[in-house]
Amino acid sequence: MKHEELDEALDSFGDALASATRVTPGNALRPEDIAVDGIAPSEEVARYALTLGDDALILAQRLSHWISRAPELEEDVALGNIALDVLGHARSLLTYAGLAWDKTEDDLAYWREEEEFTSLWIVEQPNGHFGVTIIRQLIVSIFQHLLYQKLATSQDKTLAAIAAKAVKEVDYHRDHAIQWTIRLGLGTEESAEKMRHALDILWPYVDEMFRDEAVHQKLESIAVLPSTLRDAWNEEISAVLAEAGLEIPATGQAMAYGRRGEHSEHLGYLLAEMQVLARKHPGASW
Amino acid sequence: MSQQSNWPLWEVFVRSSRGLSHVHAGSLHAPDQQMALRNARDLYTRRNEGVSLWVVKSTDIISSDPDEKDSFFESPQGKDYRHATYYKASEGVKHL
Repeated sequence: MKHEELDEALDSFGDALASATRVTPGNALRPEDIAVDGIAPSEEVARYALTLGDDALILAQRLSHWISRAPELEEDVALGNIALDVLGHARSLLTYAGLAWDKTEDDLAYWREEEEFTSLWIVEQPNGHFGVTIIRQLIVSIFQHLLYQKLATSQDKTLAAIAAKAVKEVDYHRDHAIQWTIRLGLGTEESAEKMRHALDILWPYVDEMFRDEAVHQKLESIAVLPSTLRDAWNEEISAVLAEAGLEIPATGQAMAYGRRGEHSEHLGYLLAEMQVLARKHPGASW
Repeated sequence: MSQQSNWPLWEVFVRSSRGLSHVHAGSLHAPDQQMALRNARDLYTRRNEGVSLWVVKSTDIISSDPDEKDSFFESPQGKDYRHATYYKASEGVKHL
């Protein structure tokens, strides 16, 4: 995957700003460790890990599109960091799922077709203007924060370890989205209008996040039932929107079934761009 | 990123580990204090550089005038007795 490529792009920004000191990173759980030491999950657990990995992968692809396009250099790096965090979650989850089918993270990311992706519709929605991306981040990161918190106590040790690392990172993504939601909601009339517009176009994909599917069954005390997160999510996002002077819009809900491989018109284009290089040069590395 | 930033400039100080003081790491733009702190986290602690961050509005820092370097920093010149190395230990003192 292009983890390193993205990191290099960000490093060039960081170097331009002269970073303080360099210390080797801590030894957190890495996808490479899972690939080497991981115990293959059952078919059910792998299918579940794939759903979360797909959410992360598609969101990372969307977010990384902001690199060099954000309103400010500082925000460019902030969104890039978030994209890298999420890509890291995707790599771990896809690597773990792949052990069940003797596939690598790259096999799963680059060589599946649209109907094989099990991501939610919310993550494949276009970036839109900055406010749309922030509202998408608000909706998704509050959800993922609650999800990973619970998953960290899963009886599946690998999923628990991935979630324990991810929850700390998603906590920051959540904070980033909240800070911007409040500032743009209370900013100018134009910024508030753009945030209302963002809520209008993204709210139809909220219900899907909390729908329990076949993939969650048979995984009691391993998987997190999405429906159990709804109340806490409602409470949290309502509080943020209230503070930002925004309201939950009265929109209908989309017939979204991403977990079953049915997607909106946006995923095909995203995958075409994400997969073209790997498919044009199979097995190539850089 | 094309247009000039309207956000104020902030100076960033990073403390690398316990026991060391905060060191100036660089500067950044941010709309307010809280966002400055977050931007500092994103820009200056990407490689585990720090355990603590300070941000200060650049305009709040009072700096010495480079043109007044002589009057500000001339005085200590020639006053070697202000350095410990100026002094010799007395013969009678054995364990200094």
